[in-house]
Amino acid sequence: MAILDILILSILVLCALAAVRTRDLLGAVIIYAAYSLLMAIIWLQLGAPDVAITEAALGAGVTTILMIATISKTGRYE
Amino acid sequence: MQEILILKIVVRFVIPFIQVYGFYVITAGHLSPGGGFAGGTIVAASMVLYALTFDAHQGLEKLSHERASIFESLGAIWYVGLGFLGVLVGGNFLTNGQIGIPLGTPGQLISGGLIPLLSFGIGIKVAVTVVSLYYSLVEED
Repeated sequence: MAILDILILSILVLCALAAVRTRDLLGAVIIYAAYSLLMAIIWLQLGAPDVAITEAALGAGVTTILMIATISKTGRYE
Repeated sequence: MQEILILKIVVRFVIPFIQVYGFYVITAGHLSPGGGFAGGTIVAASMVLYALTFDAHQGLEKLSHERASIFESLGAIWYVGLGFLGVLVGGNFLTNGQIGIPLGTPGQLISGGLIPLLSFGIGIKVAVTVVSLYYSLVEED
């Protein structure tokens, strides 16, 4: 499982960097949702399934929806 | 407008499954990972999905702000009222065993005394709060 852990962690760091660097805010929100999903898998690997469920429902679901609603009220590009 | 038709039919098919899973996470909160907060957000996600796919006005008809505030207050009153049952009997706030509620056998669905009832109240409150948060964000004024 060490290879899987290394893979997920490196994709996680890539997602975090890309979410900060991208100029398209909608793309940044979608990358952030992918970050949350990977983070949920890592919580499960660390033995915290309760936090994993909350992260998957809140981080990937509700936060993304609220940010997309905010973008639809403002602008897509910074 | 073919894509929107497909989207609407798929969402109509998927929403009941999401809600059943959310209520499962709420009711089995004392046995397995999850509980009131996580299950409430899953139920809320299904309602927000409905409002995203169809119209926000159609969603607001299902759960208007007045109805949402009633459900929110009922969730909080349910939690605090069950907590004060222990004070009425003479114990502490949120006392579980002393108020005479059957505790059940550990590991079964009906066990834990007050805990499933409390997480049901939390689930209702969290679901309605998240949905009304979304509505108040997308509403035009």
